[in-house]
Amino acid sequence: MTIAAAPTDLLYSGTEEELRSAVRALLTDRCDAKGVLDRAETGRPHDPALWSTLAARIGAAGLLVPEKLGGQGASHREAAVVLEELGRAVAPVPYLTSSVLATEILLGCDTAESAPLLRELASGSTVCVPAVPLTLAPGAPLPAPVRDLGGGALTGTVTSVADAVAADVLLVLADTGLYAVPAAAARLTPRVPLDLTRPLATVTLEAAAGTRLADAGTARAAVAGALLSGAGLLASEQLGLAEWCLTETVGHVRGRHQFNRPVGSFQALKHRLARLWLDVASARAAARAAADALAAEAPDAPLTVAVAQAYCSGVAVRAAEECVQLHGGIGMTWEHPAHLYLKRAKADSLALGTAGHHRGLVADFAELPAP
Amino acid sequence: MTATTAEHLLARVRDLLAAHPPADTDRTAFLRARFDAGLAWVHYPEGLGGLGAPRSLQAVVDAELEAAGAPDNDPRRIGIGLGMAAPTILAYGTDEQKQRFLRPLWVGEEVWCQLFSEPGAGSDLAALGTRAVRESGSGDWIVDGQKVWTSSAHTARWAILIARTDPGLPKHQGITYFLCDMHAPGVEVRPLRQITGEAEFNEVFLTGVRIPDSHRLGAVGEGWAVARTTLMNERVSIGGMRIPREGGMIAPVAAAWRDRPELRTHALHQRLLELWVEAEVARLTGERLRQQLVAGQPGPEGSGMKLTFARLNQEISGLEVELLAEEGLLYDDWTMRRPDGVDFTGREAGYRYLRAKGNSIEGGTSEILLNIVAERVLGLPPEPRDDKDLAWKDLSR
Repeated sequence: MTIAAAPTDLLYSGTEEELRSAVRALLTDRCDAKGVLDRAETGRPHDPALWSTLAARIGAAGLLVPEKLGGQGASHREAAVVLEELGRAVAPVPYLTSSVLATEILLGCDTAESAPLLRELASGSTVCVPAVPLTLAPGAPLPAPVRDLGGGALTGTVTSVADAVAADVLLVLADTGLYAVPAAAARLTPRVPLDLTRPLATVTLEAAAGTRLADAGTARAAVAGALLSGAGLLASEQLGLAEWCLTETVGHVRGRHQFNRPVGSFQALKHRLARLWLDVASARAAARAAADALAAEAPDAPLTVAVAQAYCSGVAVRAAEECVQLHGGIGMTWEHPAHLYLKRAKADSLALGTAGHHRGLVADFAELPAP
Repeated sequence: MTATTAEHLLARVRDLLAAHPPADTDRTAFLRARFDAGLAWVHYPEGLGGLGAPRSLQAVVDAELEAAGAPDNDPRRIGIGLGMAAPTILAYGTDEQKQRFLRPLWVGEEVWCQLFSEPGAGSDLAALGTRAVRESGSGDWIVDGQKVWTSSAHTARWAILIARTDPGLPKHQGITYFLCDMHAPGVEVRPLRQITGEAEFNEVFLTGVRIPDSHRLGAVGEGWAVARTTLMNERVSIGGMRIPREGGMIAPVAAAWRDRPELRTHALHQRLLELWVEAEVARLTGERLRQQLVAGQPGPEGSGMKLTFARLNQEISGLEVELLAEEGLLYDDWTMRRPDGVDFTGREAGYRYLRAKGNSIEGGTSEILLNIVAERVLGLPPEPRDDKDLAWKDLSR
């Protein structure tokens, strides 16, 4: 028999709604689509001023960090709400990489060496990203491309590292443990990303020196745990993104007239949008379940996360594709932000495991083995 | 009004059980006593089986009575009366009608059915053509027409009926709502055999059926508003139940997959996993809807749950037939049966596949429900229509 479902709270608390309002107000003021696009075109999409306000004034960066380490002592439920809003704005900030993945790795190490760095991450004064490919998935074998040549001289190449160009510190998983490496000690080769709002770089280490934070066993377990949390919370980013696409498209087809009628009065379009609404409503339940299961450390959290990823990444891509299609010619232009959402949605569908990978995990957890 | 808290209700339950011990009381007598104690549907008014208590407290009463071994009123058999006739009679009935009909309805002594759909008026329900003409001397109504897809007509004592009383008005205006005696002369019920081989529904032919004016519900010509109350309650009753993880239609497929490795193929595995995930997400969506209702923040998700379950049931049962390979070529039994309701668990895959086809048609087709979601939830413009101001008699059909 498969794992019974743990009790879940799938609603939003009053505190979570307040946090949402604060993040949304900030992004409305400081992260409009035109600004995001302008920055992306310069090749430096990140907005350090927006980041410091989000991290320090709203305290979003430290949500997952306990208060005794300078964080908010909140949970995955609150971080999920922040990610919903960041997805809604395709905001180019290193939240998923620094405040979720790197933070969870450091929390998972739970060593004296990791605590000072955690404090800096919680305050947002330091951006720290894990030097792993963005496509690395929970449940997949962890690669070990970096070797310690002796005495902490780290050597190796890691591809597709998200937000590395915005990082102060890289978390490097080497064969001998986990290391904090100053970004300046690594060679970063920016790649041209499909998603302009989450830049990718190849990280090359040539006998780079770092601070050892944990031994190999601890490090690998911490990375595995962080990938699970990251995948579960990515579902909330996908939800927010899909919601923006739906809302924007509904607004467009209500106002756009063709054949002397609002385009949205044609049944073919109404049915497509009604189905999309249904999928977004379902994605909300799936994403909330994953955030709640992670927060509660529920025994079925790995299954709930796999379900959320298997479902939400497809919904986000479809919402963005429908957004482009139902905007007609406007949807194909550079100036309309629909393409930013499509690019983020498609890249997100590869990040932290594809839907197919997560369905494979569901097969394991639900005891539905392959032939 | 005293019995509005859980404690008061539980005290009443104890009094009822003391006065009518379930072990030594006739089933019908116990149910009548329960109704008279106001413990039938606690949110109904006093004297009509309730106590004006919050609806949420019904669960407390039901649990206590079930634990004491009290009989239930077979809600599956009388579902249409409970879910549709009763709330409509409560909202629109005269005092005499409420007193006459609600108690035998709830106790289950009188089964109800719903005479709404017609061969020419399904999704466009208001286009119905069954005529009710008032006899000048007696004031009685004489009804002629044909209804279809009528569950429980063969066991029903009473029906809720909508009929056209003024064909010269636009279709929504000339309709009147009646309570029809299914034993009246001129009512003929014929089983309607379905795609599954069984006859779960009926056709009902009405030929010169006489209905006294005292069995009219609401004003003459205002039956559409009354019918909307019935239909709203119908939609509420579909798709709102709580199911466990891997409950519902996915359960037998998953069990077959585990028990019979020889049936497994890679293509089926991918589809099974996709549907397993979708079924789990549908469960979570239903659970979220339920939590919203409990928290007093009802969301619009309810409008979509029936759409989701219809699609999933069809896809999952279709997969199940394929998974069974050679066995999928077989059917359990084509004998014409007359079941009280849908039997998804007692029958085999072929039956589930065929019966699930009805899920996207009954209680509002998926196409109509998608329009409703698009217009009421998303605020998209309504379908253009030219039938609103035309007299019913001038509509094309």
